[in-house]
Amino acid sequence: MHIPDGFLAANTWVPAWLISIGGLGFCLRRTAQILKDKMVPLMGVMAAFIFAAQMLNFPVMGGTSGHLLGGVLAAVLLGPCAGAIVIAIVLVVQCLIFQDGGLTTLGANIFNMSFVGAVGGYFAYNVIRKSLPDKRGTIVAAGIAAWLSVVMASSVCAIELAISGTSPLRVALAAMAGVHALIGIGEAIITCTVLGFVLKVRPDLIYNREA
Amino acid sequence: MNRKEILFGLLVAVILAVIFSPFASPWPDGLEKVAEDKGFLEKGEVEPTISSPIPDYAWPHFKSKKLATSSAGISGTLIVFGLGYGLAALIKRKA
Repeated sequence: MHIPDGFLAANTWVPAWLISIGGLGFCLRRTAQILKDKMVPLMGVMAAFIFAAQMLNFPVMGGTSGHLLGGVLAAVLLGPCAGAIVIAIVLVVQCLIFQDGGLTTLGANIFNMSFVGAVGGYFAYNVIRKSLPDKRGTIVAAGIAAWLSVVMASSVCAIELAISGTSPLRVALAAMAGVHALIGIGEAIITCTVLGFVLKVRPDLIYNREA
Repeated sequence: MNRKEILFGLLVAVILAVIFSPFASPWPDGLEKVAEDKGFLEKGEVEPTISSPIPDYAWPHFKSKKLATSSAGISGTLIVFGLGYGLAALIKRKA
């Protein structure tokens, strides 16, 4: 879902940059207030895992692949703000070093995957988890939120394409949400698998678990 | 996290990036496929705004596609690990 240069018009990518810079500034300040010692190396490990996992495209249907976004995974472990920062680090490196996602569209990609995906996904996780308090509930909530985060991020991407005049909203929205509803299943499976493992070996690494 | 746990997490990421990445699906991802189907893929075929050292997850000077991908994978994995850890340590120290 990394938007390349050329897909978005300036009327879309400029505001997206501004919102993302503001959002990251907020997240950095908030993270400074709540960052626990155990989260410091975890931010590096999560960035590494998500970068590596994003290279592993899996086929979803004839001629289409998808890969992990990792927003909900990062946010469930690190909280929404540090999670959003980790996704943004991955996106910046992918853009500057690997030419994956454009530079003009980097702000929109951070908006979609850090803020809609990680932060939005975290809020969905939090709401669902309230009715499912035990360990299994954490995994179920994260799985549903992971699927939702991919569908939400791809829908916002479709809206950006429409605002840019690249593709009509109805066309883009149906196509993007449709294919990402399938990719989201992979997202949910990977997210649940990793969180299941973490819950077994280091359940205290889950952000705010006692709350 | 102690040193052993950090190394374990990093090792999992490195194994994914080095051993599994050459076998990833080469098919276009969701957005690329939609762009292809809905006829706006060529809009993305503009000159890149910056020249990246490792375009498309392959070190340019490797003849073997698999080696080019694996080495790109480990490079990126270690870079984001360093940036994530480093930025977090910086935030922690300033807090």
